[in-house]
Formats: sequence, C-alpha cells, structure tokens
Amino acid sequence: MDTTDKIIVNRLQQGFPICASPYQRVAEELGIAEAELLTRLQALLADGVLSRFGPMYHAEQMGGALTLAALKVPEERFDEVTDIVNSFPEVAHNYARNHLLNMWFVLATEKPEQVQSVIAEIERQTGLVVYNMPKISEYYVGLQLEA
Amino acid sequence: MPIDEIDRQIIQATQAGLPLVREPYQAVAEQLGLSAQVVMLHMAEMQQTGVIRRIAAVPNHYKLGYRYNGMTVWDVEDSHVDELGQKVAKLSFVSHCYQRPRHLPDWPYNLFAMVHGKTEADAEQQVAIIAELLGEQASSHEVLYSTKILKKTGLRIGG
Repeated sequence: MDTTDKIIVNRLQQGFPICASPYQRVAEELGIAEAELLTRLQALLADGVLSRFGPMYHAEQMGGALTLAALKVPEERFDEVTDIVNSFPEVAHNYARNHLLNMWFVLATEKPEQVQSVIAEIERQTGLVVYNMPKISEYYVGLQLEA
Repeated sequence: MPIDEIDRQIIQATQAGLPLVREPYQAVAEQLGLSAQVVMLHMAEMQQTGVIRRIAAVPNHYKLGYRYNGMTVWDVEDSHVDELGQKVAKLSFVSHCYQRPRHLPDWPYNLFAMVHGKTEADAEQQVAIIAELLGEQASSHEVLYSTKILKKTGLRIGG
C-alpha cells in the first residue's frame, strides 16, 4: 500500500456520495483520475485490504434484528463448527477469539424472529450451546481505522 | 422504517458491494430494470432513515496493521452501566460500545468496548485507560483478542 492507497482507504471509510458519477467526484476531491481510483479500489478489494465496499445495511433499521452470539467450541472441532456457522447467510461476521468462548459471530436477519430460529438451528447442527448477547444499549458505533 | 419492494431489490443487488464502474447506480438500475434516478432516490432515503449506515469501504483490520483487536468486557453495576458506557464511548480509540446481557455464572460481563492496536502495547494501553476510567466500578474484566477473521461479509438477505 502506498500513500495514495492509504488516502483512498481513509477517504472511503467516511462515506461515498450518491450521484451519477460518484467515483469521479471522489477522485477529483483526492486529486487523482477516476480510472486510477477505480483500478486501485479493485486492487484493494482483490488484495483483501478492504473486506468490502458499498452500502452498509443496518438490519434493525430495516425491520430486522442483529445479535452477537458466542460458542465454546472444543479445539478439535473448530474447523467443522466454523463451516457450519459460516454456512448461514444470516452470519454476517465471525471471529475466533482467545477465550473459552472462542467463537463470536454476529447474526443479521431480515425479520426479528429469524434470530431465534437461526440460533436454534446452529445449536442443533453443532450440538453446542449458543450464548446469545443481543445489545441492551448502544453507546457508540463509529469504526474508522486509519491506514 | 420498513423497506419496500424496490429497497429490497436494491439491497439484494448491492449487499455484496457497489459496482466498480463509472456510473454504479446506473449499473444497479439496469440490473433491476429501474432508472438510475429511482435507485439513487431510494438509496438516499434509506441513508436518511438509517437503513444504510453509510456507503463506505470496510477495511480488514489486520491488513491495515491493526493486529491487536480486542473485545474488552467489563462487569459493572447495572444501575451505572449507562453512565459508564457513555463515558467509555467518548474515548477516541473505542470503535463500538454496548451493554449486553450477562450469562451467569460463566459470563459476568455486561459492558463491551472494542479497541484496536497495531502493537500489543498500544492495545494494552487502551485497556488500561478504560480500566482507569471505570475504576472500582468495574469488579472484573477480560480482553478477548480476535485471533482470526472467520467470516466478514456483512448483512445478506435472501431472494
């Protein structure tokens, strides 16, 4: 990643316009050509520097639900359980963490009742207890990581 | 704010990402048999109502050098959790902060705050600052570092 890539990563975390030629507008702002912005963005996605680029949808605001859940996965079953959990489209994120509760995933569903049914199905397929930790209050969400 | 059928189609067409072409909204519109105007109008409205948090790049923490991503979890009195959560949320390095339910006896923690450090020392310092802020109001805490991203796709709704 060179300086231009870093500028792009930092700028694009802040938000992207809705207009006919939004890449053109951002490229102008950054003082680079539109084609260069598109090429670099493609490379940043291909290299995995960016996980994705696009609208970040909020399940709750569209009438659905969101929860954080955790599993205690026996070490020897970790890969198998990862495959089961990740196979659900409702699993938006999944992280391994250094704890007895060693798998933490976010469920985002279009309808609120789907959270319970997906949890029940994950419990059935894995034979493990899902620790459901839906938020009670949200104090802050504003992830910006400087490149 | 419930979504309508056009919103739903736009979500499905863009949930994996915005097209990397000069006129991305026009490209989405063509795919759905709509006009670019309608797509942009619906997306602007979804942004206004919060269905779209923002249109943005989501970085891979590790690839930007943030190798120590810690979920810090604290056991604080329920009667003080809102006040303390708001204080912790004001720290510039905290990216997410929530109250969540305990699962006693194995999980006594009710306040969650995410920190991100390029080095272990950076992350530990951030944890120390939170610990100092909470003082004796936190009876115990732990830091769960992520050791691997197993999945990071964001929301996906079915067809």
